[in-house]
Amino acid sequence: MDYSPYLFLAVFLLVAIGFALLPLGLARFWARKFSPAKPGPQKNAIYECGLEAKGEAPIQFKSDYYLYAIIFLVFDVEVLFLLPFAVAFLELPLGASIAMLIFVLLVVEGLAWAWMKGILDWK
Amino acid sequence: MDEGLRSELSKQGVFTVKLQDLYNWSRKNSVWPLQFGLACCAIEMIATSMARYDLARFGAEVFRPSPRQADLMIVAGTVTKKMAPQVVRLFNQMPEPKYVIAMGACAISGGPFKQGYNVLKGIDRFIPVDVHIPGCPPRPEALLHAFMTLQRKIDEDTLFGTSQPRHMDPKAAGEFPLPMYGEHDLEPAFNPEVWHPPVILREQ
Repeated sequence: MDYSPYLFLAVFLLVAIGFALLPLGLARFWARKFSPAKPGPQKNAIYECGLEAKGEAPIQFKSDYYLYAIIFLVFDVEVLFLLPFAVAFLELPLGASIAMLIFVLLVVEGLAWAWMKGILDWK
Repeated sequence: MDEGLRSELSKQGVFTVKLQDLYNWSRKNSVWPLQFGLACCAIEMIATSMARYDLARFGAEVFRPSPRQADLMIVAGTVTKKMAPQVVRLFNQMPEPKYVIAMGACAISGGPFKQGYNVLKGIDRFIPVDVHIPGCPPRPEALLHAFMTLQRKIDEDTLFGTSQPRHMDPKAAGEFPLPMYGEHDLEPAFNPEVWHPPVILREQ
């Protein structure tokens, strides 16, 4: 018989497939013989935290909430960046101060825009 | 296989074991509990899983947050009547074979809150409990003891014959009836398959 240099690859492939499928097949056989499946409405329920799922999954969120996101950015994130800016103010070079002022300006622009939209009014 | 042949083989370095024993041995050493605590007993359960008491020695350190991956439910704490349906539903969602340890006075009988209108007087009214642990709360050693008791129980499961465990019976129900919150109490108040009200006998 001729020696094929790639024959071992085919053998490896067969062994690898068998190695993967044999435990799966054994498990399936074992389950059929010794562990009969008992499905039910509760067992097959989607939600698995004890409670029953209520309502529909595809719900819509009110898009108006983006305004709160903008206000949050303006007030919260700005403070977050302003504090280290204020601490390091005296040692900062001119370029850094200008860059920071531009950033503050951009955020204040958001505030001005929100103000113009009238969402700062208490209703 | 008789004992003499077995010992003779083991002297030659060949160990023989029954399929059932191998199955039970691997099962009892990889019991995954459900990550599920109801009250103060849960703190003791957490302590048991930590380094000092080290539940990992028994192969049970993998607390699963999903009932689909858990084998053991440790009912750790007071079961209120509002929580009981959720406990039973979680138990129903666990795959077979599944086991229950009722941990502490509350879980086995209602404990110090037994007279409370909203407390279930023992989770064994609804689901089959394998091991009861008394104590308020039980020490971690008590939980370990319960765990070893459960392991011994798993070890006695048989694969063949008439004394098979419940989960191997294809006709046994896979789900236990879910109690619902009724007008005055849980309905039904108990599952007659797993619990019978105590009968009071009076001497004449």
